Amino acid sequence: MDEHESATDLNSIEVTRRTVIETGTTALLLTALPGAALAGPVEDKEPSPPAVKVDLQINGHSHSLVLDPRTTLLDALREHLALTGSKKGCDHGQCGACTVLIEGRRINSCLTLAVMHDGESITTIEGLASGDHLHPVQTAFVEHDGFQCGYCTSGQICSTIGMLAESRLGVPSYVTEDLTRPAAELSDAEIRERMSGNICRCAAYPNIVAAIKQAAGLPT
Amino acid sequence: MKAFTYHRADTTVHAAAAAIKPGSKIIAGGTNLLDLMKLQVETPSNLVDINRLPLDKIEETPDGGLRIGALVRNSDLAADQRVRQRYGVLSRALLAGASAQLRNKATTGGNLLQRTRCYYFYDITKPCNKRNPGSGCAALAGFNRIHAILGTSEHCIATHPSDMAVAMRALDAKVETVNDAGDAKIIPIAELHRLPGTTPEIETSLKPGEIITAVTLPPPPPGVQMYRKVRDRASYAFALVSVAAIVDSARGRIRSARLAFGGLAPKPWRSPQAEQTLVNAPADTGTFDTAASAVLEGARGFGGNDFKIPLTRRTLHSVLEEMTRA
Repeated sequence: MDEHESATDLNSIEVTRRTVIETGTTALLLTALPGAALAGPVEDKEPSPPAVKVDLQINGHSHSLVLDPRTTLLDALREHLALTGSKKGCDHGQCGACTVLIEGRRINSCLTLAVMHDGESITTIEGLASGDHLHPVQTAFVEHDGFQCGYCTSGQICSTIGMLAESRLGVPSYVTEDLTRPAAELSDAEIRERMSGNICRCAAYPNIVAAIKQAAGLPT
Repeated sequence: MKAFTYHRADTTVHAAAAAIKPGSKIIAGGTNLLDLMKLQVETPSNLVDINRLPLDKIEETPDGGLRIGALVRNSDLAADQRVRQRYGVLSRALLAGASAQLRNKATTGGNLLQRTRCYYFYDITKPCNKRNPGSGCAALAGFNRIHAILGTSEHCIATHPSDMAVAMRALDAKVETVNDAGDAKIIPIAELHRLPGTTPEIETSLKPGEIITAVTLPPPPPGVQMYRKVRDRASYAFALVSVAAIVDSARGRIRSARLAFGGLAPKPWRSPQAEQTLVNAPADTGTFDTAASAVLEGARGFGGNDFKIPLTRRTLHSVLEEMTRA
């Protein structure tokens, strides 16, 4: 979390908490959130830098924000827009729980500043389903039990969608035998290598691989 | 994160002019810089965002090489058909680095300029001559399993962490820059990174306000190309030892070879002496051992990283054996 948080930011956290309570799954979700995500503002003795205006297209909706330039894209989503589906795991690009899609490409939202994405189109886990119809990757994760605690899952699902798009474009991976051939079939080894930026502490990896194979239309 | 002001550059020269000011830093992909800013290892007072500059093309050069814009993302460079067909060692090295998410953000110029992953450089409570000149080197007598065995000094034993740069070193890449006056310069990659000596805080030959605009690859040299990375886990880890090799051989005889190493030194390491031992040499164990000894001349371990000396020998042996197998 950024050191400086305005009163408005805290209000948006409160709204988020109430929303969670209303959905009736409070206990589980609150205990699953790391301390950093719910912690209050850190005392910052330095003056704030000038705020910057940022327009983001998130899940098809325009959002205009005025932010401390230090605000990461992940914090903008979670703390300013109450889109808490993207998770803060390590906050250093090592775990992949914060994975979102920017212009269709998967990135770690914790390692980029919101202001760097002014005008860009961002898809988060909240933007995947159409009403009650889950995205096929979401369905596959449910059907194959591709999680235990679920904290990494939104990142795993967004990452899978980005990965499948890369695969369709013929992007190779480190384990692709022959780089000169167009597209490698998504073997288990290919899926594991391509998904190595998403860590699952519960080690649900076999089921995640099965879910991804189903989503890719491969025999599971 | 310390407070900073943010500016988006509209031209490369404007970016260079903004970056020359004290406290200013260029941000491209940001995957390393923001990580370091969160830990207050880097504390810029002004960030100059160059992501919207038109430096994201890969173009053919008249001599049959490629010119890679500084903002070409690592994933796009690795997936480019020309790179995959003609510079397989580069594609493979890129794919060996980081994760897919990070490669989608990380840029060619930023990859070259990324900082070491030395634990003590990252920990602002510990002495580090690179982060805080004159404070000492905690790695010398500390946990130094990942540290360098070649090119070190008593002031710093950190490694350069890039895979991409190791392949580029084997390919004799050239780094194009521009400064705040608009003057362009070409720096051979061998001269981009500096050894620590007494000034480990100075990592490159770039002057203040000098910005990387492109990396040019000469036409590929003859022979087969390979990137072998040895690391603690199968994916998404930095190299303990890596080798970028380009070997031209036929019927059990090596005509020429280029060898660059990662994980061993403060810069992508090339060993002309080792390459010389391979010219017109039979592709056999004796030749490979001689080459490994030449690479490792002057190598020094610091306890935790002593294993890198035999590991380098074995890795090079394995690479050369595989590349010259009939």
